[in-house]
Amino acid sequence: MQSITLVEAARRAALQEMRRDPSVWVLGEDVARGGLFGQYRGFLEEFGDQRVVSTPISESVIMGAGLGAALVGTRPIIEMRIFDFVMCAMDELVNQIAKVRYMFGGQAKPAVVIRMPHGIWRNSAAQHSQMLESWFTHIPGLVVAVPSSPADTAGLLVTAIRSDDPVLFFDPKNLFPLTGPVAEVIEPIPFGQARRLREGGDLTLVTWSAIVPQVEEAAALLAARGIAADVLDLRTLWPWDEAAVAASLRRTGRLLVVHEAVTTGGFGAEVVARMVELLGPGGLKAVGRLGQPRVPVPFAPPLEDALKVDTAKIVAAAEALMRR
Amino acid sequence: MTRIGDNRARLLALYTTMCRIRAFEETALAAHKAGEIPGPLHVSIGQEAVAAGICGNLRRDDRITSNHRGHGHALAKGAGVAGMMEELFGRAGGHCRGKGGSMHIADFSVGMLGANGVVAGGIPIAVGAAQGLKLMGSDAIVACFFGDGAINRGPFLEGLNWAALYRLPVLFVCEDNGVAAFTATASVTAGPGVAARAEALGVPTVSVDGNDAAAVDEAAARLVAEVRAGTGPRLLHATTYRITGHTSTDPAAWRDPAAVEAARAAEPILRLRARLLSEGVAGSTLDIIQGDALAEMAAARSSALAAPWPDPAVAWEDVQDIGAVAGEA
Repeated sequence: MQSITLVEAARRAALQEMRRDPSVWVLGEDVARGGLFGQYRGFLEEFGDQRVVSTPISESVIMGAGLGAALVGTRPIIEMRIFDFVMCAMDELVNQIAKVRYMFGGQAKPAVVIRMPHGIWRNSAAQHSQMLESWFTHIPGLVVAVPSSPADTAGLLVTAIRSDDPVLFFDPKNLFPLTGPVAEVIEPIPFGQARRLREGGDLTLVTWSAIVPQVEEAAALLAARGIAADVLDLRTLWPWDEAAVAASLRRTGRLLVVHEAVTTGGFGAEVVARMVELLGPGGLKAVGRLGQPRVPVPFAPPLEDALKVDTAKIVAAAEALMRR
Repeated sequence: MTRIGDNRARLLALYTTMCRIRAFEETALAAHKAGEIPGPLHVSIGQEAVAAGICGNLRRDDRITSNHRGHGHALAKGAGVAGMMEELFGRAGGHCRGKGGSMHIADFSVGMLGANGVVAGGIPIAVGAAQGLKLMGSDAIVACFFGDGAINRGPFLEGLNWAALYRLPVLFVCEDNGVAAFTATASVTAGPGVAARAEALGVPTVSVDGNDAAAVDEAAARLVAEVRAGTGPRLLHATTYRITGHTSTDPAAWRDPAAVEAARAAEPILRLRARLLSEGVAGSTLDIIQGDALAEMAAARSSALAAPWPDPAVAWEDVQDIGAVAGEA
């Protein structure tokens, strides 16, 4: 199995699916030039400008046109360039895409994938660094994918493209250079199945997306200090693998959710709440969440570093949890 | 050259469609007043000529997108009356299984891609549907209905630019009834208006008296042919008048009663009737058409009232495939 970067894995997954199914096409700013991150490099040459459509900076219509094209039977990949720009297309996403199947009594299936590279990346400041994935888990009709490895990105993207549901695909842009093994033929990975990164009996670390490598690093440091963490990468947030988290907690009794997003109202809150519902208030010895404080992402490197989650903060939070 | 007999048949078809739309909405209003229809109802009484004139020139496989005032568009495109009335009543047999109501009527089987609760919400969808049809090699086109209020929303600019840029088969139809909800559109709109804005974006525009069904029909025939020929989008600006209030419960009391009376006199069904009479069609023929429409809608009302409500289990269906939540027993 070849080792390739995460962005190349994403490129190959979309390439494979566009070769497989002529109704799949991609639209978004600069996609005919390969996309901002090279995730569509070579697509124009292979598929032509009818299936690889560079668009104006018109997020409402990028999103809405993707929906309209799905309603007549095509399967668009809607590229948002950077996650934060989706805010310019919220009506099309939340009022239209998420609702059409339901409002129209099942007549419509909005088979779109919305790709949104998100997260902190090279001191890009407050409008190019957000992690608002939890917002979208709140909206019926939407599916939310938050991969962290090349293989997961590829396999989950294949599932997303083949699905009739609207899938929000949060590309972890800070991890685009990360390398890992990816099969030549990319098989779909089912949504709602967590991946265990490390097995341990002392505490459960639940995480996803761009922060995953640092959680793994922290878990290794914790192991050296005699704390065995059970590490789960959720990979998708709707649906999400409640059963895997609950099973782990039945062994460890301690839960720390780590995400790059702001802690308040982050998806960690949902994870904790569901575990309390499933295991009972007495079922957990200690519970914690670690995320960004409720502050916008600042520009200057020392400011950004001061606020963002990192390996040291994860280790400290886990150790504090063990003392409770 | 159209012969007089053909033309008369065309006008009679328009008249029939318009009478059916009027009868549907008057029946629905009465049912709403009687408490048979829940929720808000936005009717298009006085605007029927636009829906009839446009949709009469479309094929079944052409698509339309509509707005919150969309009963006429749906009916004119061929949506089934029983399914529409039941949808308004929230019954199981509605086109949307009772999940959409008046504001979200859709009938994909006749190319009606949905009414929309958000002003200008249908514009990006229409543009994308046209792009998808073009991608698939179809020569079907999309007619996109919106009101004058929509031209002050961003998707109008984005959508027209996009359609012109990619030469997409879209006929934009601005039904200009002069009022955006409760506010005169002219009082909140800068510049010379929709036609100038569309022309500035490279979308050729025709303006027409939207209460003159024959004029709408003629303009639509030409524009639909141009759009279908692959020459890019067109916009039809049809001036009309919303005789009723914004919703079923809005008396629109702020309007000048004299203007409303004048509009009633200039309303499109009376005008078309006068024209047909002048062309020698018997008044009794027109009365039969009108009577049939009223009878059809009255029957639809009775059927809808007697029709079963949706099973509560249906509320859990049609959300999504992946991650659908299970219904409570």
